[in-house]
Amino acid sequence: MSMTLNVNGTRRDFYGDPDTPLLWVIREQLGLTGTKYGCGIAQCGACTIHVDGVPLRSCSAPVAAMTGRAITTIEGLASRVAKAVQKAWVDLDVVQCGYCQSGQIMSAVALLEKKPKATDEDIDHALAGNICRCATYQRIRAAIHLAAKRLASKEGA
Amino acid sequence: MICEQRPTLSRRDFLRSCGAAGLVLGFACLPACRALTASPVDGPAPPVHAPFTPNAFIRVAPDNTVTIVCKHLEMGQGNTTGLATLAADELDADWSLVRTEYAPSDPKVYNNVFYGEMQITGGSTSIANSFMQMRSAGATARAMLVAAAANAWHVPAAEINTANSVLTHASGRRATYGEMAAAAGRLPVPKDVALKQPQHFTLIGKQKATPRVDSLSKCNGSAIYTIDVTLPGLLTAVIAFPPSFGAKVISFDSAEAMRVPGVTDVVQVPEGVAVVGTGTWAVLKGRRALKVAWDESTSASLHSDAVLAEYRAQAQQPGTPFARPSDNTPAPATVAKTIEALYEFPFLAHAAMEPMNCVAWLHDGLLETWSGHQFTSLDHTLAARAANLPTDKVRLHTLVSGGSFGRRANFVSDYTVAAVNIAVAIKGRAPVRVQFMREDDTGAGMYRPMYVHAVKAGLDASGNLAGWQHTIVGQSIFAGTVLGSYTIKDGIDAMSVEGVFPSQYAIPQMRGDLHSPALPVPPLWWRSVGNSHSAFVMETMMDELAAAAGQDPVAFRLALFAKGEKGERAAGVLKLVAEKAGWGKPVRAGVAQGIAVHECFGTFVAQLAEVSMPDGKVKIHRVVCAVDCGVPVNPDVIRAQMEGGIGFALSALYYGEIEIKAGRAVQRNFDRYKALRINEMPNVEVHVVDSNHAPTGVGEPGVPPLAPAVANALARLGIPRVRRLPLARAGMVAS
Repeated sequence: MSMTLNVNGTRRDFYGDPDTPLLWVIREQLGLTGTKYGCGIAQCGACTIHVDGVPLRSCSAPVAAMTGRAITTIEGLASRVAKAVQKAWVDLDVVQCGYCQSGQIMSAVALLEKKPKATDEDIDHALAGNICRCATYQRIRAAIHLAAKRLASKEGA
Repeated sequence: MICEQRPTLSRRDFLRSCGAAGLVLGFACLPACRALTASPVDGPAPPVHAPFTPNAFIRVAPDNTVTIVCKHLEMGQGNTTGLATLAADELDADWSLVRTEYAPSDPKVYNNVFYGEMQITGGSTSIANSFMQMRSAGATARAMLVAAAANAWHVPAAEINTANSVLTHASGRRATYGEMAAAAGRLPVPKDVALKQPQHFTLIGKQKATPRVDSLSKCNGSAIYTIDVTLPGLLTAVIAFPPSFGAKVISFDSAEAMRVPGVTDVVQVPEGVAVVGTGTWAVLKGRRALKVAWDESTSASLHSDAVLAEYRAQAQQPGTPFARPSDNTPAPATVAKTIEALYEFPFLAHAAMEPMNCVAWLHDGLLETWSGHQFTSLDHTLAARAANLPTDKVRLHTLVSGGSFGRRANFVSDYTVAAVNIAVAIKGRAPVRVQFMREDDTGAGMYRPMYVHAVKAGLDASGNLAGWQHTIVGQSIFAGTVLGSYTIKDGIDAMSVEGVFPSQYAIPQMRGDLHSPALPVPPLWWRSVGNSHSAFVMETMMDELAAAAGQDPVAFRLALFAKGEKGERAAGVLKLVAEKAGWGKPVRAGVAQGIAVHECFGTFVAQLAEVSMPDGKVKIHRVVCAVDCGVPVNPDVIRAQMEGGIGFALSALYYGEIEIKAGRAVQRNFDRYKALRINEMPNVEVHVVDSNHAPTGVGEPGVPPLAPAVANALARLGIPRVRRLPLARAGMVAS
């Protein structure tokens, strides 16, 4: 099967098995390795990307379902919200091993794009699908609040 | 106090052999410094602007960047930041100009100085074993830069100041380190360079002075883990692993697998049957199409429930003694009250986020590997053996790893050797990455072993501890391994009994017995090793004894700590956490406090948990933690490790269990081997003791006190004592 994907605003051709999970296409054919494999069954969230702005576990989404849809990976984050989230992550030294953090950041960006004043409950709901075995959760929560605060002020420009 | 000692490690071979005459000899020192340079060893002479390489750990480039060579694996614990901090402080380097890279495999230069000639990251020793070494490296480099400036400016070296990678003199002379690097590289390497007095530290122990060196690359997707390695023609391999422990391949039929587009090879290797191809999806489809007949007789009758029953029975029998009252112990007091308890701990998988993997490439008579090599020197030896090459034809490239928690260092270098075996099986046709899928990783064994502890403790009529009888049953982690002689003495694996014996307490009439049964399930160290179970036993029993004696649990412990430094430091963190958390003051209705303190690898951690049971399920509102790890090199990394250790311990307390049925691991992915999620993470407050003891580690010691602190809070809520983990077994957590 051949199809055209829209990844990070660029058209990319794909030839191959339509059942291939999007994760492996992104990583191995498009060379965008920031999106990680963790479980293969949509339990851990390390493979989280955005499809039309909505977080999706790319390990469990066949590439064939992506026709005409806008895919964003960690490498393609560019919005004001995304930059604020990444900056907050760095400023608070959220990461430890870092392997899950692309997925965490993708979930956090999608949350703040939709809910600029996310509450703790909103964060629980939006990020409960992202496992961090280093348990950086407390800093993830703090970084989301910090990014939201900066975005609400002029700092987040 | 060790800060004030002379740098005894600076006299080690690394300073003599590496860079004895700066630039040129920097290239001649073998083999460590060779790998630090981009130029081939037998190539042209280094250019004039080559970096200043005073020793095997530091490079100062003409562009003024300082590169710190890290001999330890970064698994998230922040040790690259820490190692760089040690060197950069003594060097007076500008932190924003500090870069890090991994050392090559060379145990003569990059050994863990606590463990002889082994290059290994473990035991929470990265900062502790490097404290003097990295500082000496930085101080020596600084001395050479100062000497170069003194020569150039014709002023005494003592008049030159250094700060933020700049040399200055009162005359107005000024040079960056980069500008002085070439001249410094021509000078002899000085000996016995004095180290800073602690009050002159500019980075060590300073808040916000040393942000993590790896944050940015881990927040924008650019950090390269093993799974991300790209090489020309790189193939991917997955392995059909034995479905049960010890199972052997009888035969296999690869015809269907080979028909899957993208599958290039199906080869038998000692690990099982490997399916090799051009991408992960292809080899996964190939593995599904592969037919393998297995001989599962080794462990067909192995069930963890039956193992537990056997362990319970053994716990009632005398074993190999690990503790007996010494001859000069006072006569035993009369026991007025006895408490007996049996504790049961399951197998635990590490479940690092990045499943095990390694890239191997055989070419031109060489073997190269890329992985999160944690037991670097053993990986090197075993990779060479698998490739049938001498070790000097093997080059390891260490990459940041997506966690480990102990898993990436093991006695058989499983993921490294698997990659090499596959590379050999395809005759070095291409580089190949073996990737364990999550189910392979979780099902592979190397678990924290199951343990049973039986304890009988007595109080005298005044409520003082009068005696303690303790029997432990569980696999020895070290038995039969290359390191067995290090930790097993007189039949006792120190890692099976640590935390019980030796202990932070002065326990009268201590009698300990150990049973170390063998199982076909490979055991391994798991973040905090023996302390992952012993702390739970000791600290919940202490609470039970305090209650039976009618005493406050904190006061009961304070009276029982061993005399001397250890007891004082344990008491210090316990009192600190009690004060900071408001121990003993009323908390909200329905909420109880529980407290625990434990020494792990020389670091003292106390934790207090505030817990309630709304709807019959455990809810942890906050955890207050105090840690004394000696000189706090990177205070924020220490806080992060305590936060993470608490979350990691909570995963195990709530959910952690691998069951084995008919020799097969039942829980193989995060759907059944559950991990803590953000909505379950309590608020954690960490207090770091400003200690001047020699630094110890923080990667592991945050784990042990959490579970007993929570269990002690549950008891104060009136819940019957928890003695079998995880809590999910008793339906005490939301699922």
